[in-house]
Amino acid sequence: MNQLSAKELRDKIKAGEIKSVEATKAVFERIAKVEPTVGAYISIFEEQALAKAAQVDKRIAGGEKVGELAGLPVAVKDNMCTTFGTTTCASKILANFHAPYNATVVEKLLSSDAIIAGKTNLDEFAMGSSTENSGLKRTVNPWDIERVPGGSSGGSAAGLAAGLCFAALGSDTGGSIRLPASFCGVVGLKPTYGRVSRYGLVAYGSSLDQIGPVTQTVEDCALMMNVIAGYDPADSTSVDEKTAPLCDYLAKLDEPVKGLKIGIAPKFNAGADEQVRKAIDEAINTYRNLGAAIIEIDMPHFDYAIAAYYMVATAEASSNLSRYDGVHYGHRTRNPNDYIEVYTKSRAEGFGKEVKRRIMLGTYALSSGYYDAYYLKALKVRNLIRGDFVSVFEKCDCIMMPVSPTTAFKMGEKLDDPLKMYLSDIYTIAVNLAGIPGISIPCGFDDKNLPIGLQILAPAFGEENLLRIARMYEKQTDWHRKRPNLNG
Amino acid sequence: MGNLEYKVLVGLEIHVQLCTQTKMFCGCALSFAEEPNSRVCPVCLGMPGSLPVMNKQAVEFAILAGMALNCQIAQFTKWDRKSYYYPDLPKNYQISQYDLPLAINGYIEIPTDNGIKKIRIIRAHLEEDAGKNLHTAGNFSLVDLNRAGTPLLEIVTEPDMNSAIEVRALAEELQRIVRYLGVSEADMQKGHMRFEPNVNLVITRAGQEFKTPIVEVKNLNSFKALENSINYEIGRQLDRFNETGEVMEMGNKSTRGWDDAKEVTVLQREKEEAHDYRYFPDPDLVPVETNEDWLIPIQERLCELPLKKRLRYVKEYGLSDYDAGVLTSERATADFFENAVKSGGEPKRVCNLLTQYFQKRANERGCNLTELGVKPQQVAALAKMLEKEEISATAAAAISDAVVLSEDLDPGKYAQEHNLLQKSDAGELEAIVEEVIKANPQAVEDFKAGGKKSGKAKGFLLGQVMQKTKGRANPKVAAEILDRKLA
Repeated sequence: MNQLSAKELRDKIKAGEIKSVEATKAVFERIAKVEPTVGAYISIFEEQALAKAAQVDKRIAGGEKVGELAGLPVAVKDNMCTTFGTTTCASKILANFHAPYNATVVEKLLSSDAIIAGKTNLDEFAMGSSTENSGLKRTVNPWDIERVPGGSSGGSAAGLAAGLCFAALGSDTGGSIRLPASFCGVVGLKPTYGRVSRYGLVAYGSSLDQIGPVTQTVEDCALMMNVIAGYDPADSTSVDEKTAPLCDYLAKLDEPVKGLKIGIAPKFNAGADEQVRKAIDEAINTYRNLGAAIIEIDMPHFDYAIAAYYMVATAEASSNLSRYDGVHYGHRTRNPNDYIEVYTKSRAEGFGKEVKRRIMLGTYALSSGYYDAYYLKALKVRNLIRGDFVSVFEKCDCIMMPVSPTTAFKMGEKLDDPLKMYLSDIYTIAVNLAGIPGISIPCGFDDKNLPIGLQILAPAFGEENLLRIARMYEKQTDWHRKRPNLNG
Repeated sequence: MGNLEYKVLVGLEIHVQLCTQTKMFCGCALSFAEEPNSRVCPVCLGMPGSLPVMNKQAVEFAILAGMALNCQIAQFTKWDRKSYYYPDLPKNYQISQYDLPLAINGYIEIPTDNGIKKIRIIRAHLEEDAGKNLHTAGNFSLVDLNRAGTPLLEIVTEPDMNSAIEVRALAEELQRIVRYLGVSEADMQKGHMRFEPNVNLVITRAGQEFKTPIVEVKNLNSFKALENSINYEIGRQLDRFNETGEVMEMGNKSTRGWDDAKEVTVLQREKEEAHDYRYFPDPDLVPVETNEDWLIPIQERLCELPLKKRLRYVKEYGLSDYDAGVLTSERATADFFENAVKSGGEPKRVCNLLTQYFQKRANERGCNLTELGVKPQQVAALAKMLEKEEISATAAAAISDAVVLSEDLDPGKYAQEHNLLQKSDAGELEAIVEEVIKANPQAVEDFKAGGKKSGKAKGFLLGQVMQKTKGRANPKVAAEILDRKLA
């Protein structure tokens, strides 16, 4: 059963061939066996999951209509609010926080009859590229437990790769879905900004954050998108369906895109490790063999993406995280002398190093006298990057490049050098600044048997085409069927 | 040191609470005196992951107020975060508007002894209110977030007011305006309108001008406190200048709180702290673009403003300024008055009926004049009967009482059924006058004699006529007959 994709399992559950309870039990058995090694979950909901699975089975047996994700065990990154369990953001400051409401995506999962098995680990407040910044838990890469799973949605990607769920949700602010998907050999999609509601996603960089699926296959990804995409009146930045019509992402998934034009930028790819570059070149060759045209593109402002990102994201973060003050909820220091100490000590005790670093960076960028030079300038760069993509997409349907310059690196390898860590996101960050969708799909392994991800980018709201393009490759290859060899 | 020549400068920062159905960025109802933290949701509590959604009604109310204050309405405006840490501010930033406010460059007209004065308005913008910290006994404070997220319109004026009376006039005028527009209940005691005056003086001494340091006064919850605090500050700043010669310079603006019991201002903050609010556009909200399709229907909701109305009542209807002021103090009263006039009531008589009879009844019942259940048509009918001298003032009062008790009452019919119509029929009255003359020869003699006694005698004779007709004789007609008969 663990070899089934989410869509295959869902179909079998719906057909009554497999009981959701069996699938859910299998997931929890697997969790019991390998989770102590992997460390994907911050919390698991076995009892609740089995009860819901039994209920879905009963409804299926009774011939009742069930949702798109009927009986499917899934995982949710622990920065999405749930009324059950805690919503920690992997931070000590929210370690015991119980949200009073469900995020819109959680509501959508539940009403689609998904079984939420647990909530996954992440870099604290989604700030990081390795999940090593979690304040609560260590997650390893199932392909090599000495290595990081990537971040910040490391728990979702590692958990999925290890068979601890059938699909998961992550969030992506600068590559946080795509990077761990690439490091763990699974599929990860960052949708267009505004396509999926952010209501209930604990904010890091509000103008960059986007929730997306982490799945075994492109088909699973389309299935998940069918559930989570759409306008939400509770999120003013979600895009209404008149402006950008929704579609059934599964409907035309298997139709190849005719006359496909792929943009590549050899200049960028040159910066990646040789084995990564080779895998990307081979993937592009596969497309060429399918009849795609390859066009060389130039993105003059791409080099400034990381600098601009770390201004915009940290500025927003410094403001978004100011609410964690020990007054209203979350960690409060013991025996403060006055209310100022409630703030300073609660925050000093509750936040980890990287979060503090980003709060300080962002506070500085927004300070009077520096605003124009940093934040405003970053916004201008952001517009230029957006413009680069717009003009590139006049010439091609999609852009292909690596997700990351390297495969998964060793635990601790970059922990003391934040700048080096930030550079892991060099290929993913521009996508968030531009708000366009990007997907990471497995495209091979290096000589250490570590997965390599191919990143495909499409114009805003071009998810349907993007998934079809990714699916063309998936059908030609079986990288996505490879599983890490993990024995609890 | 002799008397100094000085000029008072006051600018106001005003917060007006809008009376929308729901809060500025969430669906919670506005709160008045409910159980603490009972009117809250994840959004106004600033819970992780919650997102604000703009209340369109609040924006429309603010636009309407901006139009009434003669402001330019921005075609493009946005929301900014203003960051500061305080326990009553759940997100530790307030959603406000920084560099692109909703309305700019307006003015408000206020009545002064020297006629109408224009006070310039720099800007008006929308923002969310904070909660309240409750400092009860004990080594802790409590936070009530019922008020958090309530929509506020912040209005900033130029320092164009030159006396405490002008400040009060502006405050009262603004209260009338926002009530007319129906955008705020504007009750100062309830904190619906909060005024923070910035006061200083320009003192002339030996041909040289000196500006005293600006003082911002807080904690004013009545018009009286507003007026008194400014008068107090004028005296205090003069004394201080005489003592120290201190003048305005960068950073010496201070904040003082009004102590209502002692009637003094008390220093709260010595120096204006160099606050860095780190404003930046709120990424959770989209900018607001106002186009004609949206603005025109709002413009149509704009009504004649109270001051204009008041002046028109004086000019057009010949009412006294005082009466015009009473009638225009509330829009409902003014509308009622105008409807009664439209129904044919002579304006002055309608005014008298309203201000004399009906206002008293309303006061007795503790309600608004328009809540008495009286129709403008009924008042118009009464006014018409008075004008035609069909009823006496006494009868009018009696009919008014009846009208208050029954909405469907026809004043004319009622007067007839209750014998309240005046006897103006000369034939009928002549017979009665004849009777009275016959019965009172002494008085007739006194009357004819002229002089002091004459007037008194005439009054007596007329009184007799009124008695015989049970008060229903038209006094004018009766007097005419008497004069004629005894001439």
